[in-house]
Amino acid sequence: MKALVFERNVARYAAAAVAGRLAPGRGAAHGPLALRDIDPPDLPGTEWARVRPRLAGICGSDLATLDATSSRYFEPIVSFPFTPGHEVVGDLDDGRRVVVVPILTCAVRGIVPPCGQCGAGRENRCERVAFGGLEPGLQSGFCCATGGGWSTAMVAHPAQLRAVPDAMSDDEAVLVEPAACAVHAARRATGPTDGPGPAERVAVIGAGTLGLLTVAALARLGRHELVVVTAKHPHQRRLAGQLGADHVVSPDELARTVRSLTGSLRAGAQLTGGIETVIDCVGSDASLAQALEVVAPGGTVEVVGMPARRTLDLTSLWHREVTLRGCYAYDDRDFDDAFDLVREARLGRLVSATYPLSRYRDAIAHAAHAGGRGAVKIAFDLRAEKERRLP
Amino acid sequence: MPRPGFVLEVDRSTPPILFHHGEGFRLTRLPPGRTRVIYPPEPVAALRDPDGAVRHALLNPLGDSDPLPALLRPGMKLTIAFDDISLPLPQMRAPDVRQRVIEAVLDLAADAGVDDVHLIAALALHRRMTEAELRHAVGDRVYDAFAPSGRLYNHDAEDPEGMALLGTTEQGEEVEINRRAAESDLLVYVNINLVAMDGGWKSTATGLASYRSLRHHHNVRTMRHSRSFMDQHHSELHSSNWRMGKVLRDSGVRIFQIETTLNTDTFPKPFDFLMKREWEWGARDRATFVATSKALERTPPRLARQIFQSIRSPHAMSSVQAGEVQAVHRVTTENVYRQQLVAVEGQTDILTMGLPYICPYNVNSIMNPILVMCLGLGYFFNLYRGRPLVREGGVLIMSHPTPWEFHPVHHPSYIDFFEQVLADTTDPVEIEKRYETSFAEDEWYRHLYRTSYAYHGVHPFYMWYWGAHALEHLGGVIVVGGNARAVRRLGFKPASTMNDALEMASDVVGADGSITHLHNPPILLADVT
Repeated sequence: MKALVFERNVARYAAAAVAGRLAPGRGAAHGPLALRDIDPPDLPGTEWARVRPRLAGICGSDLATLDATSSRYFEPIVSFPFTPGHEVVGDLDDGRRVVVVPILTCAVRGIVPPCGQCGAGRENRCERVAFGGLEPGLQSGFCCATGGGWSTAMVAHPAQLRAVPDAMSDDEAVLVEPAACAVHAARRATGPTDGPGPAERVAVIGAGTLGLLTVAALARLGRHELVVVTAKHPHQRRLAGQLGADHVVSPDELARTVRSLTGSLRAGAQLTGGIETVIDCVGSDASLAQALEVVAPGGTVEVVGMPARRTLDLTSLWHREVTLRGCYAYDDRDFDDAFDLVREARLGRLVSATYPLSRYRDAIAHAAHAGGRGAVKIAFDLRAEKERRLP
Repeated sequence: MPRPGFVLEVDRSTPPILFHHGEGFRLTRLPPGRTRVIYPPEPVAALRDPDGAVRHALLNPLGDSDPLPALLRPGMKLTIAFDDISLPLPQMRAPDVRQRVIEAVLDLAADAGVDDVHLIAALALHRRMTEAELRHAVGDRVYDAFAPSGRLYNHDAEDPEGMALLGTTEQGEEVEINRRAAESDLLVYVNINLVAMDGGWKSTATGLASYRSLRHHHNVRTMRHSRSFMDQHHSELHSSNWRMGKVLRDSGVRIFQIETTLNTDTFPKPFDFLMKREWEWGARDRATFVATSKALERTPPRLARQIFQSIRSPHAMSSVQAGEVQAVHRVTTENVYRQQLVAVEGQTDILTMGLPYICPYNVNSIMNPILVMCLGLGYFFNLYRGRPLVREGGVLIMSHPTPWEFHPVHHPSYIDFFEQVLADTTDPVEIEKRYETSFAEDEWYRHLYRTSYAYHGVHPFYMWYWGAHALEHLGGVIVVGGNARAVRRLGFKPASTMNDALEMASDVVGADGSITHLHNPPILLADVT
């Protein structure tokens, strides 16, 4: 079968790091990713199913992996060679259309009894992603045993499969997984804080796919009196407004806007007041620093965009008793709600372009520059791949 | 004998016409056969002995006022308020006219044994003046005598202890002015009347007032009913200030008003060619224009701004009168009209203008896009008496680079206004209704106004309201050579060249619409019949 494969190759990894720093997405052309004909992954157990991807999205974490900018933290919890792709809508052998829930939890790994987190329904925090009857891998798409969506076939445990309603298009279905992350982020943003009261005002930093989906999720929850979003590009601004943001500003305007909306003063770059919850959907040094500048004393910064090793002045976090909190993936309820969110907010429109596997370099370059090129989500379209049509 | 202003009909022999364009100039050929250019009068003669004229005015007041020495006595509380950095434009060569007048007043006060004297820069909601700016306005001798002991300072409209509510007009307008001025035995106001809008009761009722008081006339309704605010008798802005003046008088505030007018000798060498009529340029003028223009093209904007802001105008005092406010202002206004008025017959379809690098609110600062709007649609559009120069539904074309740039210290609330308010709406009524209060009462802007050098939080709103009459009157506004994004944010259309702009204007007024160019510098006031 045809698959994009990411191998452990130190020299190529170094080349990807250089290329990725010169131009985002360039790591795909010079790094360890290659289009190969490989054997389909074996079914790890009788209950497992083969999934033939129809669309598979390209995520920010994929790009970080390809450009070698992601953290070495992942090394023990991934297994090589792996096929990327964890945002997947595909077909089962019986013809049913499914979305894959990529988290490789205790249930998927056959670990009994499950870890405390899985047992409590917080599968996204699973303590056993490198253990059990499966090779290490925090998600499908980072595990050598399961394969990934950037191929014509992968395998999935029944606990990972969600049926796609007939009325839902592939474009919509491929956005369910990232939308679930957004639902999770929005839900956490409404939780109790030790800040100045209920989280009624939220700032979202970044209006890429994750940022826009988070705006939509916040709007659907409808529990915030104010949602401020930073967006660099005109189409992002337009979409953020359509999806429910109250204020859409360019990144350099955020501090001034929050200051004025919250009646805050300033001490240097730092707002004296600020907004109760800031959701950082970028995860860069700059976005995290900006989040700390505009978050209210006692407020919370949710890190939704995947960070890596970051340089950050945490003095204000200490002084203002700010909570910096990670926000990874989702639980079952988030995933179920994501279907509704995608349908109600018509999020299929965020899929801007699709590519065949053979044009993976173009696809990844497009995804890496999506904002500047007027795009949001770029995906691989496997529906016309020859191998996929074989019985 | 200075030549009066006049209206030139443009024909094929007319040379290209000068347009100010921020920190630069452009020569533009205007279409013959349908264009006229309004040229300002030449500068009137300067007073030969300005210090003698000041002293004469103080001793021979107008109206029912006693001479100043008769109003001064030992033990009295005397306050001298003076116009701030917004006047004159550009800043004048030393000695500033305020210095001449204040020194004369202080000499008389000293002769009368008056010890309790305060000097206040009457800046209303403008930014505070720096020490250097105050020194330039009042002179080193006065500054050194009063500032160190805290008796020379900037008005603070947000000092709750420093303001006094004196009453309300019959229309319910609250009159609140500087407490020291209100409670003095005599308030001497030292004014510079650069345009007809300045002076009169507006000096005290605006210059020393608070937001609580100013909001009654600095609003959209007032501006739309001031046609124009350069014509006191048809200006709701002035009517309101005059009503407030009555409250001031009735509440016992005693004012001795000193008003001065300046001639329009605006630019020194090498920029004096700007003041000449193009066909009278000599070889030296042409060479200077070319050399200056080329040099400016290569000069970084920041440096060009510094060069222009350092210009000190050769403005000379053309009249001074003192005494009772209204009697003084009547004479002052006549003197302003004598210098600036040009008779113009009929309105035009398209009004063109070149906007300079400076307006009252960016002295030693940056001409940001909101100020471009205010200068073009607020000030220049309103340089009329009778009827607007451009007909209702006509097009205004102004030439200015309109950079997306703001002075972070002077104009912090402007930045937010531009980013947050104008991104939402450019309708003055909506802006006033939805946003004014939050900016006016913003604690951060208040802090910066009081302790830094920032314009008050509400000030960008006033700039927008200043253009409200024009926005309602015009069918379109086009900016030539401006930053396209900034121009669009203002709600206007950008054009690369004047020809493009005229082509775009034809969509609104039809082909071959009449064009009138408001030539400046110097400033003029069109008397449109």
